[in-house]
Amino acid sequence: MKEKINLTINGRSVTAEKGMNVLEASLRNNIYIPHLCFHAELQPAGACRLCMVELDGQRTTIACKTPVEEGMVVRTESPEISETRKVALELLVADHDTDCLNCVQNTKCALQRVADHVGMNLKRLQRLKFREEKLPVDDSNPFFTFNPNRCVLCGICVRTCSEVQGAEAIDFTNRGSEAIVAGFGAKPRIESNCESCGECVVRCPVGALTEKDYERPTHQVRTVCSFCGCGCGLFLGVRDNRIVSAKGDINSRASQGRLCVKGRFGFRFVNHPERLTSPLIKKDGEFVEASWDEALDLIVEKFSRFKGDQFAAISSAKCTNEDNYLTQKFTRAVMGTNNIDHCARL
Amino acid sequence: MTNSIAEIGDASVIMAVGTNTTSGHPIIGQQVRAAKRKGSKLIVVNPKEIDLARTADHFLRLKPGTDVTLLMGMARVILDEGLYDKSFIEQRCEGFDAFVGSLAAFDLDSVEKVTGVPKDAIAAAARCYASGQPASILYCMGVTQHVQGTDNVLAVSNLAMLTGNIGKPSSGVNPLRGQNNVQGACDMGCLPNVYPGYQPVALEEVRAKFESAWGAKLTDSPGLTHTEIFDSMFSGSIKALYLVGENPYISEANSSHATEAMEKVEFMVVQDIFLTESARYADVVLPAASFAEKDGTFTNTERRVQRVRRAIEPVGDSRADWQIVCEIARRMNAKGFDFSSPEEIMREIASVTPSYGGITFKRLEYGGLQWPCPTEDHPGTPILHTERFPTDTGKGKFKPLAYRKSAEEPDEQYPLILTTDRSLYHFHGTMTRRVYGLNILEKEEMLRINPEDAVQFGLKDKGKVRVTSRHGTVETKVLITDKCPRGMVSMTFHFAETPTNIMTCSELDPVAKTPTTKVCTVRVESV
Ligand code: SF4
Ligand code: SF4
Ligand code: SF4
Ligand code: FES
Repeated sequence: MKEKINLTINGRSVTAEKGMNVLEASLRNNIYIPHLCFHAELQPAGACRLCMVELDGQRTTIACKTPVEEGMVVRTESPEISETRKVALELLVADHDTDCLNCVQNTKCALQRVADHVGMNLKRLQRLKFREEKLPVDDSNPFFTFNPNRCVLCGICVRTCSEVQGAEAIDFTNRGSEAIVAGFGAKPRIESNCESCGECVVRCPVGALTEKDYERPTHQVRTVCSFCGCGCGLFLGVRDNRIVSAKGDINSRASQGRLCVKGRFGFRFVNHPERLTSPLIKKDGEFVEASWDEALDLIVEKFSRFKGDQFAAISSAKCTNEDNYLTQKFTRAVMGTNNIDHCARL
Repeated sequence: MTNSIAEIGDASVIMAVGTNTTSGHPIIGQQVRAAKRKGSKLIVVNPKEIDLARTADHFLRLKPGTDVTLLMGMARVILDEGLYDKSFIEQRCEGFDAFVGSLAAFDLDSVEKVTGVPKDAIAAAARCYASGQPASILYCMGVTQHVQGTDNVLAVSNLAMLTGNIGKPSSGVNPLRGQNNVQGACDMGCLPNVYPGYQPVALEEVRAKFESAWGAKLTDSPGLTHTEIFDSMFSGSIKALYLVGENPYISEANSSHATEAMEKVEFMVVQDIFLTESARYADVVLPAASFAEKDGTFTNTERRVQRVRRAIEPVGDSRADWQIVCEIARRMNAKGFDFSSPEEIMREIASVTPSYGGITFKRLEYGGLQWPCPTEDHPGTPILHTERFPTDTGKGKFKPLAYRKSAEEPDEQYPLILTTDRSLYHFHGTMTRRVYGLNILEKEEMLRINPEDAVQFGLKDKGKVRVTSRHGTVETKVLITDKCPRGMVSMTFHFAETPTNIMTCSELDPVAKTPTTKVCTVRVESV
């Protein structure tokens, strides 16, 4: 157990754990503080300044960068704080592409949540418009799109790429109102070091980084990735008996919610049109579709003739333990040979 | 792996031998990078300048196939400078004296000559590995796909025992298994010499146990390995092949030989999710359900048995592999194949496999279990060898080693060494090649070659090239990069239209019978 810290937020006595910051402590106690650039898995950046709070009745500070201390007295709202937040928000929204109904983050967007809480002065907002034209969208990556017109410059993607993935593919380029996130050296992402892991996409709090061809699943099933030996835990999203998405399983001890490009975006082979859907038997050099009965009977007839060391089976490192167990049991107990191997050696 | 993936991030030294971890095992690669950011030291041993080499404290760029020599050279430094863990060696190991004797041949001058790595760099890396505790060694195909593969693995264990880096958190020798369930396929006895749980087929009492469990007479004659199976198909002594979910056309070393073998064999059944290049040689093709369409378990590289769950109905008329096998067996009037679910199969697995004895589907609901897990109240084993080693005496055995040459050395006719490796974006190929976006990220085979070699052999970047080995020839495109050292070229093996493994050498490691796809010599010509 971590050491407990007692503090007061908006007049309520609450407890937090040592090492938490004021924003985390407050959210943990169900007291909302507007925030955009904080992410629990990343170092706080203090960039959006929306999480401003008042400490001990005196100074204001940024909650996500202030560690909790015993006896601290925090106020999350005041007229002065509200005004600061409004201005900060309006600067973000002024050039934002607010076509919310057409955005996959609609109803889950952190910016909507902030706007809902903080409110805006529409007149001032009109005057703030900086840009006449929209910025070009970077859709160079085959799996996701970056729309800078929806970006709130929270930097979560940049920190994810360096702290979580360790690829350091993207960064802020330009300054002030010209700032934009891009591949290193302002290049499109496809030409950067980007490894297409999509970790930044899942963490983007708004609709700036979004998966291409996304379909919202009707339900999800917890399972394990089928590509490499890391065995990352994942949730497959299902819609109309098709796999439409994959999401990391935060409770997986092997992967703690992370996935690589194959695990996250590689699921589309499952419903590929070239999947084999029926047994095939070769007749005069051509494959013709056959029923299971026909195919199995033929196999049984032939296998029965080649029992013992004239038979061999090669099992698959892609199949389950249960599949593999039965394949070797069949080879040994039914076919009477130890000629069984798999492709591990390769 | 002797240890778990999540422990790697806390190692104070990580040595990555022959693994391009960020491509081959991306999530483990993340752990290595995370450790590095926290201040761990990183040693990279690889002929190629892999991504991790950029941030490595020590990058030992050895000649391909000289790993044993390099690792023995490091052991020699650790011994000479007294950096070894005396009490660990005394209490937990044996065979130390013979091992020390074999180190005599590995003085740094000879090691430098063989490996091409400057001796100061070797000594510095050895000191780094020996002085930071805990230290974790990761290794991969780069180590095992050599004629000297088994020696390489022994050399890695020697080094870990020498420094007491076994049986403790964040230490160990950690082979990174390639495919999602290679570990499980081995555990389940899909090997010619062992039943499930590595119980030898040659042992009378083991055989008797399985005969009574399975109600069948079992043969004591040893089986053939993968490569030997293809040789026997070629020579005609094997007449029927049951190929489940594999595509030797692109994955088999010296694959033109494998292809001929598949043409020759009298009867071949392929069970797969796609009509692979190999399936075209089959007499019967059976449509299998993919991982998303069936229940069961996979065992990952850290020995963690995890539940795979059915998310959708089998596509078309496909069926789960276990169902197909049961159906064939039942039609052959065999007993012991009346399973109605993978859960039942796991019950039988647990009853005959001591290391899986405590594994049930019910327990797996709450997360995976790492074997050995012998009983239902056993919590599983995140770290191996904490108290004893799985040997007759319970002690770790040092193995004396000598330097052996690769089967193929460059010569005038074949002046370059070809090595194969993996791309981040593909996995073998049958599955990933059918994902549109992954093909955009890496759409075709490329021969990677050092700029100076490219000049010498008259190759242009993105130009076409013909690559020829003693075993076969392919055409592909050129990518000039100084990530490849002089004298070495590399290709992947994900693309059926460029079947790289036509060229590789099927010379086997004498013990593990692993083909040496990592080292084969070639010549290149612009076309
Ligand atoms: S793309 Fe998303 S995560 Fe990145 S800075 Fe913009 S809003 Fe933040
Ligand atoms: S996809 Fe991964 S590698 Fe690419 S920018 Fe995002 S976090 Fe970085
Ligand atoms: S998500 Fe990537 S790293 Fe994880 S198991 Fe799948 S292929 Fe391996
Ligand atoms: S959340 Fe604290 S400054 Fe953005």
